[in-house]
Amino acid sequence: MTRRFTLFDTTALTFGFAFLYVPLLVLIAYSFNDSQLLNVWGGFSTRWYVSLWHNAPLLTALRNSLAIGFLSAAIATFFGTLAALALVRYTRFWGRPLFTGMVYAPMVMPEVVTGLSLLLFFVSVGAERGFWTVTLAHTTFTMCYIAVVVQSRLVAFDRTLEEAAQDLGCPPVRTFFTITLPLIAPSVAAGFLLAFTLSLDDVVIASFVTGPGTSTLPIEIFNRARRGLSPEINALSSLMLLVVTVVVVGSSLVTKRAALPTR
Amino acid sequence: MSDNALPATQTPETAPFSRTPRLLRAVVPALPFLWLLIFFLTPFAIVFRMSLSQPATAQPPYTPVIDWAQGLAGLWAALGELNIDNFLLLADDYLYVASAFSSLRMAAVSTLLLLLIGFPMAYAMAKAPENRRPVLLVLVILPFWTSFLIRVYAWIGILKPEGLLNTVLISLGLIDQPLQIVNTDIAIFIGVVYCYLPFMVLPLYATLEKMDWTLIEAAQDLGCPPWRAFWRITVPLALPGIAAGALLCFIPIVGEYVIPELLGGPDSLMIGKTLSDEFFKNRDWPLASAVAVVLLIIVVGPVMVYRELETRRLEKAR
Repeated sequence: MTRRFTLFDTTALTFGFAFLYVPLLVLIAYSFNDSQLLNVWGGFSTRWYVSLWHNAPLLTALRNSLAIGFLSAAIATFFGTLAALALVRYTRFWGRPLFTGMVYAPMVMPEVVTGLSLLLFFVSVGAERGFWTVTLAHTTFTMCYIAVVVQSRLVAFDRTLEEAAQDLGCPPVRTFFTITLPLIAPSVAAGFLLAFTLSLDDVVIASFVTGPGTSTLPIEIFNRARRGLSPEINALSSLMLLVVTVVVVGSSLVTKRAALPTR
Repeated sequence: MSDNALPATQTPETAPFSRTPRLLRAVVPALPFLWLLIFFLTPFAIVFRMSLSQPATAQPPYTPVIDWAQGLAGLWAALGELNIDNFLLLADDYLYVASAFSSLRMAAVSTLLLLLIGFPMAYAMAKAPENRRPVLLVLVILPFWTSFLIRVYAWIGILKPEGLLNTVLISLGLIDQPLQIVNTDIAIFIGVVYCYLPFMVLPLYATLEKMDWTLIEAAQDLGCPPWRAFWRITVPLALPGIAAGALLCFIPIVGEYVIPELLGGPDSLMIGKTLSDEFFKNRDWPLASAVAVVLLIIVVGPVMVYRELETRRLEKAR
């Protein structure tokens, strides 16, 4: 009874969601505007989507971003899962407090500081800056997010299953791959997806550690956005919004369906 | 905290993993540990050292450079030349002090605005019918997954002098001249509040949703007016969520770079932007490093508070 939905609540939700979504809808509307000017509606047109398709620098940057995102998320998933195992299952090893600190620190580090420190590191070891330095940088900061996501799953893990397997003579490594890994797989997958998204979204760290010749999509968008609005970026942004919407709504429908039988 | 997560009946020694071969046991923590030592701690140490160096018009653009050919002697010679001049310069120069304080002020005001907008939303979401809540939750999470950069970018088209907001306001006859919003602090506030709203709403919703609403009912049955019940019951019970949301927003906003760069003007002072300008425009690596160290010190305080709150929350939950 007390959870009564009042007029105030309706107003709060309406304004809140309008605030969250109107700017994105405006952006999508601009992407179909034939005119380059903001305050002129030149009619409906898909020409910016067509010219986007022929924009070689943007397409190269997109390829770079996808490759960096995929590679760094894959490496980070490996190291992040190991880090989560170390945090939950290994209560005693040399330097554990330092390790715990290092897993959490990159998440609260201001991006400019992470970017600067990694750049100075790459300069001092004489690494050639470009694709690989961005990949390594992204791996480092995303593995910490994966570690936290996987860790939360491992904490709630029913370890009697592992014990049962081992009591029946299953070797430890096999136990890990047949029991542990399948059970924590959803969180590992979620961690991978989060890492991929974070990498695809990062502009600050990438602009610090990249070198001449390698540009990522966020860097391209950022550089164009600094000069104002560009119709092609409007089109590109709308496409990216569409992809994210499909993935998020799709995955929430899937998890909802998966959760239904247990209720 | 994760140490205590082991079931009470099990000590680490009897845990299944102890049957793993020794070498393998060592590898699991060692690999991520090594990675973080190389790519997190070492770069951090380099920044710290760099903040004590002096800029130079050379390649690399700082002194002293450690002369490894001389071995330890070279290292000592370089260490002897390190000093805190950069920090003295920062403390002495109005611009840097102002940018540090301005960042803190921007972050504090934004966090307050976020709370004012986020709380009613989270509150209404928690009161919505149970079958509607998942949909509302997805609606909050969706912008969270979309590109940060695109969300900032979207506001440029709205706030520009010839943008949507001004066009609408002029055609309604509310203003004659376009308002100059882009390149001001107001634009930064709008961008920050917009981008961080999910970070504020989600923890608030999580605490409000779990709240025992019969308490409010009891208070009202005993004659407590709704507003008073809200202040005396809802707000105190939501306090963990308020603290989590506020810190989740405050910490990254202090070091924010993209939003002031895209929406703010040349006079907008944010320490993240100062760092980047020192590095890219002035090519003063040591001074940029000193700014980085200062920024870290500023962030450490709220982070400690956050950790303390988290530990307390987890202890309570157990």
